[in-house]
Amino acid sequence: MDWKFIAEYIPLYQEAAALTVKIGIAGIAAAIGTGLVCGMIGYYRVPVLGRIVSAYVELSRNTPLLIQLFFIYYGLPKIGIRTDAKACGMAGLAFLGGGYMAETFRSGIEAVDAIQEESACSLGLNKVQTIWYVILPQALAVSMPAFVANVIFLLKETSVFSAVSLMDLMFTAKDLIGIYYNTTESLFLLVIFYLLILLPVSVLGSILERRARYAGFGT
Amino acid sequence: MEREVLEISHLRKQYDGQTVIDDLSLTVHEGEVIVVIGPSGCGKSTLLRCVNALEDIQGGQIRLHGEPISQKSRNLQQLRQKVGMVFQNYELFPHMNVLDNILLAPVKAQKRARREVKEEAMALLGRVGLENRAESYPRQLSGGQKQRVAIVRALCMHPELLLFDEVTAALDPEMVREVLEVILDLADQGRTMLVVTHEMQFARAVADRIIFLDQGRICEEGPPETFFDAPKTERAEKFLKTFTFERKNKSKSGIRPGEEKL
Repeated sequence: MDWKFIAEYIPLYQEAAALTVKIGIAGIAAAIGTGLVCGMIGYYRVPVLGRIVSAYVELSRNTPLLIQLFFIYYGLPKIGIRTDAKACGMAGLAFLGGGYMAETFRSGIEAVDAIQEESACSLGLNKVQTIWYVILPQALAVSMPAFVANVIFLLKETSVFSAVSLMDLMFTAKDLIGIYYNTTESLFLLVIFYLLILLPVSVLGSILERRARYAGFGT
Repeated sequence: MEREVLEISHLRKQYDGQTVIDDLSLTVHEGEVIVVIGPSGCGKSTLLRCVNALEDIQGGQIRLHGEPISQKSRNLQQLRQKVGMVFQNYELFPHMNVLDNILLAPVKAQKRARREVKEEAMALLGRVGLENRAESYPRQLSGGQKQRVAIVRALCMHPELLLFDEVTAALDPEMVREVLEVILDLADQGRTMLVVTHEMQFARAVADRIIFLDQGRICEEGPPETFFDAPKTERAEKFLKTFTFERKNKSKSGIRPGEEKL
């Protein structure tokens, strides 16, 4: 192992990791928003929109991110929509994650007893208040484990960003291998940096899970 | 006669073509306690749920102080605020503590000042002996305590009518009493209530009027003394008999092992 090489290229990896995290956070945030809206539309079986949402969920979950990125990066400009690589990465992550999140949130809402909704309604709360104060907090508590798994999965999926020339961790590693043939060191750094990003997320996730379980249903 | 709070006329409720409530009419006056009893599946709970528009109805009308209440009512939220409902399984919100459970609707739906409602909530919790449980979560309470919280939660909305849907059916015998005493207390305060219960002794004590439902119709109604001691219909008599037990042969000799006669 060439430690001098490793020391020299750590800053490059740091930069790439920052980009991965930045796009990851933005993309996942968008995925959560998309998922919440779609999950609710799915649960309440809103006419027309419900059909569109289930078509979207199937499309996003049953196609690889790489293909989705190609469509956004090379396809959209053909119909006049220009995207830069970063926006493309974010959009791809939001598109893929939105489908997963929608199903996660929908199942969470389904797990809340219907009579909880009736209980809230009978107190004179309107539909929005019922969803916001009574249904969603309980639904999110139920879906927390699946939610955390989604976040970790999506962060890992960012490794295909290099395909649309985003200088993320994967891109950096491939680049260095191409130039210097230091395969072992480059991949070693790659693994370390992914772990550095994902381990804290994973730990934070299990804390959140425990909290949610306690607040929700910890009998 | 006192003023009418609730007026149900010719109510009809069907599930998938099966009639659960059939041409039922009932008037509840201010301060009146009506206890609805009847065999399971007779439509008691459905009746309460219709009053709160938790069910859609297929015929007839329900009026609250003269205003029709149904799922189509445009001011349904306002109407529901006037009707407090207590459920069999409490239906407290598990992610909120006792106080937040109670404050949610008065603060969010009625837009009342949190501090004012909190004062009232604490006073009411005191009345039901739970003033030191305000910060507890539902999972930390016994069934009887949960149900008393649910009653306080309904009361804090200042309802004009209270609905109790088999509120002791999920409780241990000792806890049944602590909940029923709260309801008796409310009756003494002159609250208007519609109570569905299987506790016959309690029904007798609390009711101004008993409604006996069978197959979605009012089979018999009257003051509790008359109903329990001298039911007019055969159906009611048969129903009341299910609450008493008798052994046919108490003097038979014991059976030794090995000679059981089956």
